[in-house]
Amino acid sequence: MDFLEFTQQLVNGFSLGSMYALIAIGYTMVYGVLRLINFAHGDIMMVGAFLGYFGMAVLGLPFVAAVLLAVVGSASLGMLTDKVAYKPLRDAPKISLLITAIGISFFLENIFNVLFGGTSRAFPVPEYMEYIINAGGIIFTVASLMVPIVTLMLLAMILWVLYKTKYGMAIRALAFDVNTVNLMGIDANRIIMIVFGMGSALAAVGGIFWAVSYPSVEPMMGVLIGLKAFAAAVVGGIGSVGGAVIGGFIIGFTEVVVVAFLPEYGGYKDAFAFVLLILVLLFKPTGILGINFDKSRF
Amino acid sequence: MNIVIRKDQWINLAIIASALWFIWFASTHFDKYTVRILNNIAIFTILAVSYNLINGVTGQFSLEPNGFVAIGAYVTALLLLDGDAKEYQYDIEDPYPWVLGLQANFVWALFFAGTFSALLALTLSFPVFRVRGDYLAIVTLGFGFIIRILAINNPEITNGSLGLNDIPEFSNLYWTGGVAILAVIGILNVVNSKYGRAMKAVRDDEDAAIAMGVNTFKIKTFAFCTSAFLEGVGGGLLAALLTSISPDLFTFFFTFQLLIIIVLGGLGSTTGAIIGTVLVIGGAEWMRFLDEPMNFGLFETPAMPGMRMVVFSIILIFVMLFAREGIMGKRELTDLFKRKGKK
Amino acid sequence: MILELKGVTKKFGGVTAINDTTFTVNSKEIYGLIGPNGAGKTTMFNIITGNYQATEGEVLFRSEKLNGLKPHTIVRKGIARTFQNIRLFKTMTVMENVLIGFDFQANYTYLESIFRFPRFFGEEKRIRKRAMEILDYFGIAEFADTKATDLSYGQQRKVEIARALATNPALLLLDEPAAGMNPAETKELATLIRSAREDFDLTVLLIEHDMKFVNQLCDKVLVLDYGKTIFEGKPADAIQDKEVVAAYLGDFAHD
Repeated sequence: MDFLEFTQQLVNGFSLGSMYALIAIGYTMVYGVLRLINFAHGDIMMVGAFLGYFGMAVLGLPFVAAVLLAVVGSASLGMLTDKVAYKPLRDAPKISLLITAIGISFFLENIFNVLFGGTSRAFPVPEYMEYIINAGGIIFTVASLMVPIVTLMLLAMILWVLYKTKYGMAIRALAFDVNTVNLMGIDANRIIMIVFGMGSALAAVGGIFWAVSYPSVEPMMGVLIGLKAFAAAVVGGIGSVGGAVIGGFIIGFTEVVVVAFLPEYGGYKDAFAFVLLILVLLFKPTGILGINFDKSRF
Repeated sequence: MNIVIRKDQWINLAIIASALWFIWFASTHFDKYTVRILNNIAIFTILAVSYNLINGVTGQFSLEPNGFVAIGAYVTALLLLDGDAKEYQYDIEDPYPWVLGLQANFVWALFFAGTFSALLALTLSFPVFRVRGDYLAIVTLGFGFIIRILAINNPEITNGSLGLNDIPEFSNLYWTGGVAILAVIGILNVVNSKYGRAMKAVRDDEDAAIAMGVNTFKIKTFAFCTSAFLEGVGGGLLAALLTSISPDLFTFFFTFQLLIIIVLGGLGSTTGAIIGTVLVIGGAEWMRFLDEPMNFGLFETPAMPGMRMVVFSIILIFVMLFAREGIMGKRELTDLFKRKGKK
Repeated sequence: MILELKGVTKKFGGVTAINDTTFTVNSKEIYGLIGPNGAGKTTMFNIITGNYQATEGEVLFRSEKLNGLKPHTIVRKGIARTFQNIRLFKTMTVMENVLIGFDFQANYTYLESIFRFPRFFGEEKRIRKRAMEILDYFGIAEFADTKATDLSYGQQRKVEIARALATNPALLLLDEPAAGMNPAETKELATLIRSAREDFDLTVLLIEHDMKFVNQLCDKVLVLDYGKTIFEGKPADAIQDKEVVAAYLGDFAHD
């Protein structure tokens, strides 16, 4: 492996990692405020991708408008899911919530399957995105450059919201203690809904990026990506937005680099996220940025 | 008083006797199609009552069945197929010599299937149960994926995506029904012992259970490995029933079906798991029409493959939102006969 | 000398919940931990039971060091506890709740329970008999097969204590046992604890707010304020102590 090839893979890894990171943020934030693994989150990403496809291929919208459609649509879906399916179960045993999440996930996958068929649809990628730049032997498409840049911008925005706004502070407080937040006159349910909205919006962006980079959308696309994104969130440190991003990049890089340099293990590329997850659980369960949520239940 | 009551024992014996009689009757009187469904119900009963042990009784949300059933199926198939059959059908790559040599009779094959699954479950238990958190679900979900990937990427062992065919058809109602009866008895014996009590305690309030001296890590591991064992055995029976297995058989939908079964029946109730199995497996057959074009008189709908799955997921969501206890709640059949104290 | 805490400090990040506390509980004593809210009493319990690890200092139980041991191990060494907000197992009956306490003392293995070996039946019978005896002692034997949460609050409190006693402890930790009780129930509880001390050969460490209860029951008290010990001695003397009064002044003003 020479330096050029390595850098090339680095770029690819950055791109893939960004997409995992965007989706992982949604998982980690919902887990932070609700201690819930939102199984339906990967499918929300799929819905976002489909909305983008729908916007461009069917409605003929320009790219940015389609992205907006996807973001608004997914955010609404995310908030709706919370309102209709998760909120009524706030006081129920955790397992009920997890099962419902699986139910929603399965529902989304199959309803899209029934409505749109299981075969992949080609995403109409705008021409300028496929434009190739050659920087001293390293090949980027505009898309693969745009993805990480936009991701980092969005990350900065999220961190700003979390640390510099009133709502962000409420979100962080909620991650530590629901009761106190309620006592301070903040409507916890509203904050939770905002979290769902934000996470779903980011997932939609991730979905569109995915559709642009591997230009296709299909109803089951959220399953594996969602699983890996959640693994990324755990690896980076569940509950931490920065952790989700770091985890996403680690998983993205690993996948790309191993496939490129150890092609005989190519068939296992989907397994790496899982292996990393097990390793983290074995050696540092709180993840890389390790936040320990186990406050006293006594 | 709560010691083993004579009356309960008679009822249990009567139930077992009727079940045995039914197995004989069905085998000799029912048509092939019905027998096939009954075999399915029997196997899924084994899977459901064991899945219910980790999910419902111990309250640890897990998505493991498709993984362990796959393992059980492959182990059994590899042990039942003889060397020639393997040489003949391995098309992608030649099988390893040790694969050719694998041979055992049906009972041993099932036993190894279960034991191998249980051992894998044991290794998974260490990273997962050591840590407080809800990682079991994600890990078991990933585990199922990994097993499929392994099956596809190791054609020298599993014949890859082509799967294994011409497995000797050992499974009949005596085997499936018999193992199902044993499985139900075994699970009920666990539930009605100090281990079952501890599992329920872990479910109800893990911290209080620890405060009472329960080794919660050990209890969760016991429940998980027991489930894995029976799921492995069930997988073996399935392989010998279908005579053909491939990686695509053991997808997440497989687990999802079991989830619906135990939720519908009542999470935590073994009786409920049995009832749920009959309803869902029987119902799935009945619901096949949803995937076909339907004529409503005034209008027709086209074939919508996957509509069944949509209905399943809606049922699950509905039950969770409006009838969380399912049919039996946490009660068993014998609880219905008791009328003591309050409620 | 049953329990000894030597120089125990507990820090959570920047906050010092317990500051260099040392005290001894002698055999068969009823010892009270009192202090205003947030003084660190429950934290102290959690350190003794092993749910928290002391940042500094030692916890000695019958001269054996408890630091670093897992909670369920500590229970098996002879320390049992109840919770401030009664934590019974909601789906189980009163009998089943108490049996959980006995379970680590029942001598049969997993396989023996699956295959119903004779030892299973013998052991189950033995612990059920003992469970019934404890329920009888507390006067709630008639509720053995009732769902635990169907009982009245006072009765549930008894079930919780019975459950703790099932683990055969030498030291019983009671976290605000009189919480939510009226004066009559409180008096009954105090009598119950005192006789249990005799009949079960117990040492009792309890957390309480109710000073009347503490006065009736405790041989000695330790008064905590913001994690620091401000008094150790007889309850009657505690009420006179200036620092104690000052610490509690806020509480008394609201009573």
